[in-house]
Amino acid sequence: MALDFDTFAILLLLAPFGAAAFASLLARGAGRAAGWILAVVPAGLCFAFLSLVDDVAAGTAVRFAIDWVPVLGLRLSFLVDGLSLTFALLITGIGAVIMVYSGAYLHGHRRLGRFLATMLLFMGAMLGLVLADSLVALFCFWELTSVTSFLLIGFNHTHEAARRAAFQALVVTGAGGLSLMAGGVLLHAISGTWDISALASSEGLRHAGAAYPWVLGFIVVAAFTKSAQVPFHFWLPNAMEAPTPVSAYLHSATMVQAGIYLLARMSPLLAGTPLWQGLLCACGGATLLWGALSALKQVDLKRMLAQTTLASLGLLVLLLGLGGEGAAMAVAAYFVAHALYKAALFLVAGVIDHGTNTRDITALGGLRDQMAVSFIAAGLAAISMFGLPPFLGYLAKEEMYAGLRFDDAWAVLTIAVMVVGNALLGAVALALVIRPFLGTLKPTPHTPHEGGIALLLGPVLFGLLGLGVAFAVSSYGDLILAPMASAIHGARVESHLPLAIDVLGLPFWLSVVTWALAGLAYWRLDAIRASLLAVERRFRWSFDTGFDQLMFGLIRFAGAITRTLHHGRLELYLVIVFAAFALVVLVPLAALRGWPELPRFAPMTFYEWGTVAMAAVGVAVVVGARTRLGSIVALGIQGLAVSLIFLLFGAPDLGFTQLMVETLSVVILALVMTRLHLSTNDPRPLEDWARDGLLALICGGAATALLLRVLQGAFDGRLSNFFAENSVAIAHGHNIVNVILVDFRGLDTLGEISVVMTAGIAILALLRRQHKREPLPDRPKRAPRRKAAA
Amino acid sequence: MNSLIFRTMAPILATLMVLFSIVVLLRGHNDPGGGFIGGLIAAAAAAMSGMAFGVGAVRRTLRFNPIAFAGFGVLLGAVSGLLSAAFGVPFLTALWLPANLFGVPGVFDIGVYFAVFGTLTAVVLALEDNGEET
Repeated sequence: MALDFDTFAILLLLAPFGAAAFASLLARGAGRAAGWILAVVPAGLCFAFLSLVDDVAAGTAVRFAIDWVPVLGLRLSFLVDGLSLTFALLITGIGAVIMVYSGAYLHGHRRLGRFLATMLLFMGAMLGLVLADSLVALFCFWELTSVTSFLLIGFNHTHEAARRAAFQALVVTGAGGLSLMAGGVLLHAISGTWDISALASSEGLRHAGAAYPWVLGFIVVAAFTKSAQVPFHFWLPNAMEAPTPVSAYLHSATMVQAGIYLLARMSPLLAGTPLWQGLLCACGGATLLWGALSALKQVDLKRMLAQTTLASLGLLVLLLGLGGEGAAMAVAAYFVAHALYKAALFLVAGVIDHGTNTRDITALGGLRDQMAVSFIAAGLAAISMFGLPPFLGYLAKEEMYAGLRFDDAWAVLTIAVMVVGNALLGAVALALVIRPFLGTLKPTPHTPHEGGIALLLGPVLFGLLGLGVAFAVSSYGDLILAPMASAIHGARVESHLPLAIDVLGLPFWLSVVTWALAGLAYWRLDAIRASLLAVERRFRWSFDTGFDQLMFGLIRFAGAITRTLHHGRLELYLVIVFAAFALVVLVPLAALRGWPELPRFAPMTFYEWGTVAMAAVGVAVVVGARTRLGSIVALGIQGLAVSLIFLLFGAPDLGFTQLMVETLSVVILALVMTRLHLSTNDPRPLEDWARDGLLALICGGAATALLLRVLQGAFDGRLSNFFAENSVAIAHGHNIVNVILVDFRGLDTLGEISVVMTAGIAILALLRRQHKREPLPDRPKRAPRRKAAA
Repeated sequence: MNSLIFRTMAPILATLMVLFSIVVLLRGHNDPGGGFIGGLIAAAAAAMSGMAFGVGAVRRTLRFNPIAFAGFGVLLGAVSGLLSAAFGVPFLTALWLPANLFGVPGVFDIGVYFAVFGTLTAVVLALEDNGEET
């Protein structure tokens, strides 16, 4: 079978999932080489995507799709345009380096194989997420990233903090996933298509009126939870419990960037309204400042980096909120620059941790000679983060500032927030490289040593990329940034990256202000940290504790509900079940005025009268019997009469079965009574007896009314005729009932015997539980007190 | 149960009931009967034997845990349905031997017999077991 392009492309897309299957085997067999071997998959994908760059930049998006559930019109469609291509390049490129790094970082770890496999699964999910054009596929991959990141964050599952962080991330991003689903379903309901590229134009959506705020709200909540925007930001710093390669990957181009991706993808559809601008600018700006200030508060390298990720995400959201051509270009430039320098810095933090066994910047210093390569890599990345020309970070900052105007008070506020945020990030960048590497050498738990090539490949590569791209600014702008910005903006954007520094322009002077403020903040770093910590101590409550309170509240709420509904009093359960039955039957009959007319009875023979009399006697004895055993036996008499009726009216199979069922029922009921040591007498007080009797009468009446009503309707003989005609002809059996059971409706019967067996197993489990002399679940300790009260 | 009449008659009755249940099972396709009712009769035989000779004796006679009979029945039903896969027809399609003597529905009915017999026997024996063994 020749592979067509669509199948081939989708198989390529699934390659990381396939590689994950072999990760465990490789980790055991190949040892040190496992990371290198597995890195081949993302690296290969990265080159495949690189080959698409020219086409995509020329404006031809690559599409592929396969039918998923054709009956429902579901198609897995994928789209490679400027936006998804840039993401895919970074996901696979950084992913390849991370695989190499992980192999060395966790070398000798017992669960290295599982780690690499989960990494690959996560990578595949992330890749699917950014390439998906179908909302359904997007949602599936979105959830898959949540689940796999849960596994990655909780990798050190013996640490309670790691388990909590993983759980927290799953709850927050999982809630966002639900919100995404709601938004996607709404979009589908409005437009009738699942494909994002085929969705109605933004005008159409904005004129959708009442639906627009809902769609926007759902999408924004999904994006904000994933991208850790205020007020959902608290999970991201905790996710630092993951091993360093995970943090580097999650923070640079994946996971948290998925929210940014979603907003960018949806911005041609949803952007441009005051609601969009207000939401994104407010939350983005708040996250930017919050993250930058929190970063200054930390002394742990990884925690500092995690908080700066918050700030950067806030900055991206803020830019997306501003909208417009310039902002789209700035988003593209900043996204790439940030991914590269953040990955590099995280990886260096891992190398430092690996080499010295500490990540505390107050305990580190003077490592420049011992870890020279790391120093250079970190330096390059930090300069990009600080934003000095000609690094990528500088270009991104110029793009950001170029789009700004001092129009009104809000614009001025936005500029102020951006400049302050960038300045604080710059201060952190300085701290990240100056504190550990310069100054005097401080004693560390391990004697510092440089990492191997696998550990240093990533930081050096990313650090150099941040500088090297600057020498190819125009093609970088045309091939990567402009196509991405076009996809975000929804219209073609031309690259206008500055080739030279414009000393007279506003952006340059805003940059100068930023650098100055950054230098100032770094100079007073320790004082700022001390005062920030003092403020933090003043407030006992944080979003993190708020999350705990919410969770405990949820558990208490669920417990209260369960105790109310699941009170453990069997007789009340039965009352509710039968009352519900009566309501279900009687309410429609009453509401639809479907009461049956009293039928005219045909004259009955003496043996028919006899059978009815037998049933009546049985019921009378059931009600009147003084002992329970008497009632049970009398129930058998009544059942026998019913099976006789079946026999008399030409249903021998039914009569036969009924007879056996009634016999066994008497035996089993009697056994249950002795087994549970029930008293032989019925201890019900009068009011309970009256309640149960009334309920029994109502239920019986309801069933009778329903049956009479059914009989008075026209009889549809199609099914009966079909069975009568085909029982012998097709199924070779004269007993129609049996033929229906084992042939025409064999699947139903298969389900039924499975249910029978499962019920049997459940009964055995209950009996065994009782046998161990544990308290019966239906006898709570509270019951006696209630009875006394009654 | 200590009635002499019951203890004397029980083995004979139980044997007859099991035999009868098999007859009912096999003739079910053309006359009243079938796997469900056959299984019920066999379970009644097991319940009666349990009362007469004690649960342990019945368990020893059955050799396997009764719930395993139920599992076997469900499995047999499912496997009889899977046979259709070999002929490229939908799940549970009735396939017949030449001359229509016996086919998939018959095997399926035997599965029903075992599922019903096994489940009810397991429950009844567990109830009869006054906490001696489960």
